[in-house]
Amino acid sequence: MRASPTVKYLGLAVLLAVGLAAPFGMYPVLLMNILCFALFASAFNLLLGYTGLLSFGHAAFFATAAYLTGHLIKVHNFGPGLGILSGTLAAAVLGFLIGSLVVRRQGIYFSMITLAMSQLMYFIFLEASFTGGEDGLQAIPRGKLFWLVNLENDRTLYYVVLAIFIFGIAMIWRTIHSPFGQVLKAIRENEARAISLGYDVNRYKVLAFVISAALAGLAGATKALVFTFVTLTDADWHTSGDVVLMTLLGGLGTVSGPVVGAFVIVALENELSDKVGSFVTVIIGAIFVICVLVFRRGIVGEVAALYRRVVGVREV
Amino acid sequence: MNTIFGVPITALLGQLVVGLVNGCFYAVLSLGLSIIFGMLGLVNFAHGAFYMVGAVLTWFALTQFGIGYWWCLLLVPMVLAALGAAVERGFLRWLYRVDPIYGLLLTFGLALIMEGVLRYRYGVGGLPYSIPDTFQGAFNLGFMYLPKYRAWAVLAALTVCIATWLVIEKTPLGAYLRAATENPTLVRAFGINVPAMITITFAVGVGLAGFAGVLAAPATQISPLMGSNLIIVVFAVVVIGGMSSILGSIVTGVGLGLIEGLTKVFYPQASSTVVFFIMAIVLLIRPAGLFGRER
Repeated sequence: MRASPTVKYLGLAVLLAVGLAAPFGMYPVLLMNILCFALFASAFNLLLGYTGLLSFGHAAFFATAAYLTGHLIKVHNFGPGLGILSGTLAAAVLGFLIGSLVVRRQGIYFSMITLAMSQLMYFIFLEASFTGGEDGLQAIPRGKLFWLVNLENDRTLYYVVLAIFIFGIAMIWRTIHSPFGQVLKAIRENEARAISLGYDVNRYKVLAFVISAALAGLAGATKALVFTFVTLTDADWHTSGDVVLMTLLGGLGTVSGPVVGAFVIVALENELSDKVGSFVTVIIGAIFVICVLVFRRGIVGEVAALYRRVVGVREV
Repeated sequence: MNTIFGVPITALLGQLVVGLVNGCFYAVLSLGLSIIFGMLGLVNFAHGAFYMVGAVLTWFALTQFGIGYWWCLLLVPMVLAALGAAVERGFLRWLYRVDPIYGLLLTFGLALIMEGVLRYRYGVGGLPYSIPDTFQGAFNLGFMYLPKYRAWAVLAALTVCIATWLVIEKTPLGAYLRAATENPTLVRAFGINVPAMITITFAVGVGLAGFAGVLAAPATQISPLMGSNLIIVVFAVVVIGGMSSILGSIVTGVGLGLIEGLTKVFYPQASSTVVFFIMAIVLLIRPAGLFGRER
């Protein structure tokens, strides 16, 4: 789909306006939750959609950053800005460690190893003292950003979260459209050929993994601030599964897909959890099955395909 | 001398037996996972859920219909195998032409559905199932008491593992299976019905998971969550052992169960993480796994 630049900028301007006006129409905390998961899923999509690597353990980075940010702010009186930065860095370091380990195996093993490593992190968080174990970290003060902006106000915090989200998406957009991103896509399409062209494939994969982990961490750190608590749920493999689903439902390998998917899933869980309780898991599972069987391009992918058919543009 | 490194020998042996029992469950599950992977190229995320369904069915059969343990040991694996065949025919066969990632995602969805339905119905608390009368009590071995049911569970699991290995390595059916794993197109050209073999393989793999579920019913807490926690450990076991060797997965499963048991005695905090640490070390030293070959 090649829209003209004017249409593109107009569309972005409309989206930005909607983003700025949204907290006046919807509950800001729900919106912030959606934005955090949208960033999380977009970070995950950088690996699955653009490098062809299915990580089933991204909750590890999300939770590591969330716990560290919460701990530093609550116990060591870090400001929110420095706290989020530290959490993001920690996720990047963990991403480097796990990434270097996991590129040693190919194909479907990648998913199993990332899942196992995130379960390892889960048990570490369960045992460690600074995470509060089963109780989690409670009552994290939101504080003042750069000693000026009071984040206790939901609406103020929303605009900070929106800025973080836009920054994250811009990073991903920049990565995808760089020469580095082109190499990632080459690895996705044909790894053997990328190797034969002289690319050190493993180094590219590790770097992609680190960027993805860092941005997932940024999302987790932000979420810690939004909810002012962090629990083991954030580190659970269900959370890893949720972002996989958001990306798949929205559309693999599209920039807007994971955002759309996150919006649908978070809103759905929010809407249903009061009414049907734990039955939500069944619904999530059913959406998974339907997506895989009949809907592999996802919402954005299908809409784009429809648009191409109607307008008559050749598939690229 | 009654202690080793300050640990009473009886406690040590007791934990080793528990570890051995867990190791046998790892072995049966990773065996099923391996044969399914070999034939379908699919990592069955729902394997743990099938194991859990096996255990819940055993409980259900007793409380609702009064069907006892022995009948369940025979019937539940068959029911699970039928369920497996239905899943393969109904869902999985549509995915053989696309990236194997989708098979993993589909079975993940199925696992969520199975777990979610039973969790909704029965909650997360344990469902009680008592040990069958034959296996009440324990053998007195002189230096320790060995609970009879644990001895039986180990014996039964190892027998099934070895029987499966014999079928695959020593019978004509096993030979077809191995050949179809290597080159399905060629085997098909010889007039062998490969799609039927795929269905059978998946059904047998799922049946094995169901068998493990029945064995586990009296030994552990039956709960809708029992499968998902186990399957992640089994994934690590499979990464450590490599999926290309049947005997390898049995040996790795039992071995890791024993190591876990030992960890429980000497450093209990690490007992739930030790398998994942070993996985990381194996990946550093021998990326293909202990018994694996890269392909």
